[in-house]
Amino acid sequence: MFEKEKLGKIKESFDAYEAKVAETTKKRPERKEVFETGSGAVVNRLYTPLDIEGFDYENDLGMPGSYPYTRGVQPTMYRGRFWTMRMYAGFATAEESNKRYKYLIEQGSMGLSVAFDLPTQIGYDSDHPLAEGEVGKVGVAIDSLADMELLFDGIPLDKVSTSMTINAPASVLLAMYIAVAEKQGVTADKLRGTIQNDILKEYIARGTYIFPTEASMRLITNIFEYCSKEVPLWNTISISGYHIREAGSTAAQEVGFTLSDGIAYVDAAIKAGLDVDTFAPRLSFFFNAHNDILEEVAKYRAARRLWARIMKERFGAKKAKSMALKFHTQTGGSTLTAQQPENNIVRVAIQTLAAVLGGTQSLHTNSKDEALALPTEDSVRVALRTQQIVAYESGAADTVDPLAGSYYIEAKTKAIEEEAMKYIKRIDEIGGAPRAIDNGYIQQEIMDAAYNYQKDIENDKRIIVGMNKFQIEEEAPKGLLRVDPSVGELQKSKIQALKEKRDNALVEERLEALRTACKSDENLMPYILDAVRAYGTLGEICGVMREVFGEYQQSVQL
Amino acid sequence: MDRPIRVLVSKPGLDGHDRGAKVIARALRDAGMEVIYTGLRQTPEQIVNAAIQEDVDCIAMSILSGAHNTLLPKVVELLKVENVDDILVIGGGVIPDEDIPFLKEKGIEEVFTPGTPTSVTIDYIKENIKRK
Amino acid sequence: MDLGERLLKGEKRAVARLISMAENHDNEAIEILKNLYKKTGNAHVIGITGPPGAGKSTLTDKLVKALRREGKKVGVIAVDPTSPFTGGSILGDRVRMNELSIDPGVFIRSMGTRGHLGGLSKATAAAVKILDIYGVDYIFIETVGVGQSEVDIAKNADTTLMVMVPGLGDDIQAIKAGIMEIGDVFAVNKADRDGAKRTATEIEMMLDFNKSDWRPPVQKVIAVNNQGIDELLEHIKEHMSHLKETGKLQKKRTENSKIEIIDLIQQKLMQMILDKSSKEEMVNQLAEEVALRKYDPYSAAETVLENMKNS
Repeated sequence: MFEKEKLGKIKESFDAYEAKVAETTKKRPERKEVFETGSGAVVNRLYTPLDIEGFDYENDLGMPGSYPYTRGVQPTMYRGRFWTMRMYAGFATAEESNKRYKYLIEQGSMGLSVAFDLPTQIGYDSDHPLAEGEVGKVGVAIDSLADMELLFDGIPLDKVSTSMTINAPASVLLAMYIAVAEKQGVTADKLRGTIQNDILKEYIARGTYIFPTEASMRLITNIFEYCSKEVPLWNTISISGYHIREAGSTAAQEVGFTLSDGIAYVDAAIKAGLDVDTFAPRLSFFFNAHNDILEEVAKYRAARRLWARIMKERFGAKKAKSMALKFHTQTGGSTLTAQQPENNIVRVAIQTLAAVLGGTQSLHTNSKDEALALPTEDSVRVALRTQQIVAYESGAADTVDPLAGSYYIEAKTKAIEEEAMKYIKRIDEIGGAPRAIDNGYIQQEIMDAAYNYQKDIENDKRIIVGMNKFQIEEEAPKGLLRVDPSVGELQKSKIQALKEKRDNALVEERLEALRTACKSDENLMPYILDAVRAYGTLGEICGVMREVFGEYQQSVQL
Repeated sequence: MDRPIRVLVSKPGLDGHDRGAKVIARALRDAGMEVIYTGLRQTPEQIVNAAIQEDVDCIAMSILSGAHNTLLPKVVELLKVENVDDILVIGGGVIPDEDIPFLKEKGIEEVFTPGTPTSVTIDYIKENIKRK
Repeated sequence: MDLGERLLKGEKRAVARLISMAENHDNEAIEILKNLYKKTGNAHVIGITGPPGAGKSTLTDKLVKALRREGKKVGVIAVDPTSPFTGGSILGDRVRMNELSIDPGVFIRSMGTRGHLGGLSKATAAAVKILDIYGVDYIFIETVGVGQSEVDIAKNADTTLMVMVPGLGDDIQAIKAGIMEIGDVFAVNKADRDGAKRTATEIEMMLDFNKSDWRPPVQKVIAVNNQGIDELLEHIKEHMSHLKETGKLQKKRTENSKIEIIDLIQQKLMQMILDKSSKEEMVNQLAEEVALRKYDPYSAAETVLENMKNS
C-alpha cells in the first residue's frame, strides 16, 4: 500500500519516536510492562504502515460483497438493512415459550431463536430418568410433534425465520418443524431458518452429543442433501466458534478450530457425493463477541477472508455464495459477572459494537442476569434495546466496515488469520478435526488457554471490574426467573396422554423402518419425518438411532 | 498429613459446560491434590459409588443446568444411605444465592458461585476435610 | 469390626480404605495383608498398556462388561501419572467407565503414580491383593504411557495386553525396543481406521522373532462399537490356560514374587539408610563435597553404609 521509499522514511521517524518514548518511560513508566489483548496476544504501543508491509488492498480486502469478503458479505451491509436481532429464548413448556416468542415479535425481534432444554438436546424424553430436574430448565421441553405444534401456535412459519439451537437430534427437530409447517399449509420450500447442527463443537466444548463421530457426520450430510432439495432456504448448519470461545479459547483458536470443523463438514459432504456449490451457500457460522473490541473486529474479518480462501483454493468452490462466510454472533456469556450485574449491560454494549463493526448477519445479546440464572423479561428487553441503540443511534451501522485501513485492525486481522491457519494446518496433520477431537488435541489447547486466563485473573494480571477490582458489598439479587418445578410432571403426563391417543402400531412400524434405514446407506431424513408425523417421540426416534449407532465416549484432556 | 487429599470432581446433570469443572480440577492438581475426574452427565448414584470406591475426602460438583436443587441433595442422601459421614460435599456453578441456604440445609457444605477464585476453594477443602 | 474382617465380608468401603492406606504406606494395611495373604492368588490379573490415545480405558470398559455378562466380579486399577512438580494429579480414566460405577460387581480405583521410587508397583501390588481378597475373578491394571510403567505392571500381571492403534507411525518403532516383548496378547484398536491392517502386520512381523511356545495373538478390535471384544477376551483366557497347562503360571508368579520381595527389601534398606534425619543430613553433606570434587561418590556411598552398620 505504501511505496518502499515512503516506508523507509516512516521507519526513520518511527525509530525516532521510539527513542523519545524510551526517554519518557524512563521517567514515567507505562502502566504495564506488556500489554495484551483479551486473548493474551501482545499489543504494540503504536501501529504504523510498517506493520502492514506488503498489504495489498485488492487481494487482502477488496470491496464489500466480493472476494475475499474481508469487508463484509454484502455490498451495502447495514445501509441496506440491519442485522437480524435474534434473541435466543425458550423455557419450560411449549405454551410458555410460545408466549415469549409472541412478546419478542411484538417488541421488534425479527427472528425467533429457540432454546431447548437439555433432555431434548440429548434426545431424551421428559420421562427419562436422566431428565430428572432438567425438564424445561435451560430451554423448552419438546417431546413430540404435539409440543412443537404448541410452540409455534399462531406464528406463521412462512413469515418468520427461526433459528434452533439443536445439534445431536437436529434432524428430528427439523423434521418436527417441517411437519408443523405442513399442518399450517406451508410447504417446506418456504421455510427459512437455521439449525445449529454442529456436532464437532459439541464434542469439543458444549457436551450435548449423543452418537459417535461417524454416525453424527452421516446425519449431518443427510440433512445437507435433504435440504438442498426440499428445504432450499434453510441454513443447514451453524458452525460454531461460540462455545469454543466460551470454553476458554483465544480469538485465534476460535477461528482456527471453527474453520477446521467447517472443513470437516465440507469434506464429509463431498465424500458423500454432494457438489460443493450445492450445499456450501447454506453453511453459516456462529461466533462469540468478547470485550476486546478491536481484537474481535479483526477476528471476524480474518475469519471471512480465511474461509473465502479455503473454499476457493482448497475446495474449488465456484459460486460466490459458497465463499462468503455469513455468521451469527452472541455476546460472550463467560464475560458476564455475577458481581454487580448492571455492569454487564455495558459489557454487552461493547460486544454489540464489536459484532456490528465486524459485520455480523445476526446477533443475540445476553442479558445482565445470565451469570445468575435465566434472564427475566425486563433484562431481555434491555439486551434487545442495546442492539437497537447501536443500530439507530451510534452511527456504527451507517458506513461499511468503518475500521478498515486502521493500521492496528489490518495488522491484527492478518495476525489472527495467520495464527488460525497454523491451527488448521496442525489439525490437517493430525488427520482432520474429528481425529484431533478424538485424541483430545483441540480440547487440550482450549483448556490450556482457559487455565491461563483463570490464573491471570487470580494474579490480578487481568482486571475484571467488580470481580477482582472495584468490588462492593452486595446484597443477593432478587426476582430471578424461576422455572416451575412441576414442568417435569406436566411433560410426563403429556407424553403419557400422547401414547394413549396416537396410533401406536403406526409408530412402531415407522420406527422399524428407521432402524432398517440406519443400517443402510439411505438418507435418514424421510424416515425421521415419517416417524415424527406419526407422533413418535424424540426419545423413541433417538433411541432407535442410539441402538444402531451406539453413543459417543467423551475424550477428556485435562 | 503426608498423604495427598483426594477429590472427586464431577458434573451432575446434563449440561455440558465443563470449563469450570476442568479449571478447578487443574487448580486442585496444582495444589498437590489427587483429582478423580468423572466427566459429564453423572447421576447421583454414579457420583456416590465413585466417591466410595475412590475413597475421596471431598466430592466437588459443578452444575450449570439449574437442576442443582434436585441433584445435589440427592448425593448427600445417598451418602447417608451408605453410612458415609467423612466425605466433604461441595458444589459450584450457576447457583442463585437464594438457593444456597436450602442446599446447605440439605448437607451441601459450601457452594461456590461464579467468580470465586480457585484459591478460595482450595483453602476451603484443605481446612474442612474430615479425615486428617 | 476391623478393616480386614470388613474386607472379607465384601464391604466396598473397606476395600477402598485399605487401598488408600496401602498407598499411604500405612503399616496397619501391611499387617492386614500379612494376615490375609493366603487368600490371594485366585484372580486372573491382566495388565493393559499401550501408548496414550490407544483407547485403553474404553477397551477395559468393554472387557469388563463382557465379563459381567458371564457373571464374573471384576476389579479395575487405573493408573495415571502424577505431576513431578506439585505431587498432584488428575485421574480421568473413570470417564470412560461411568456405567460401571453403579455395577455392584465392579470395583474401580484410580491411582496416581505419586512419583516416588517403586511407588507405583508397590501400591498397585497391594491394591491387587486387596481386590483379590475381596473376591473378584478378574483384575485389570491399566497404565498410560510407554516406558518403565509397562515393565512395572507386567510384574503384577499374569497376562499383559498391549493395545495399539493405527496411525502411530514411528512410535511403533520406539515401542518395539524393549516394551513389545512384555505383551502376551495384542489388540489393534480403532481397527476401522486406515492403516489398521498394516499395524497388525507390523506387530506380527515383530512377533516372528519371538521364540517362546506362546505366540501372542493379535486381535483387531473397535472398542467403541464393541467389535472384537469377545474374541479378545477369549485370547486373554487362552493365555491363562496356557500358563496353567505348561506350569508357567507357577513360574511366572514365583518370578513376580521374587521381584516383589527384592523390591520390598530395597525399599526397606533405603528407608533404613535414610530414615534418621541425621543420616539424611550426612548424605546431603557428602553430596556437597562430592559435587565440589573434594570427595568421590564411591567412597561417599561406602561411608554411609559403614556408618549404618556401626549404628
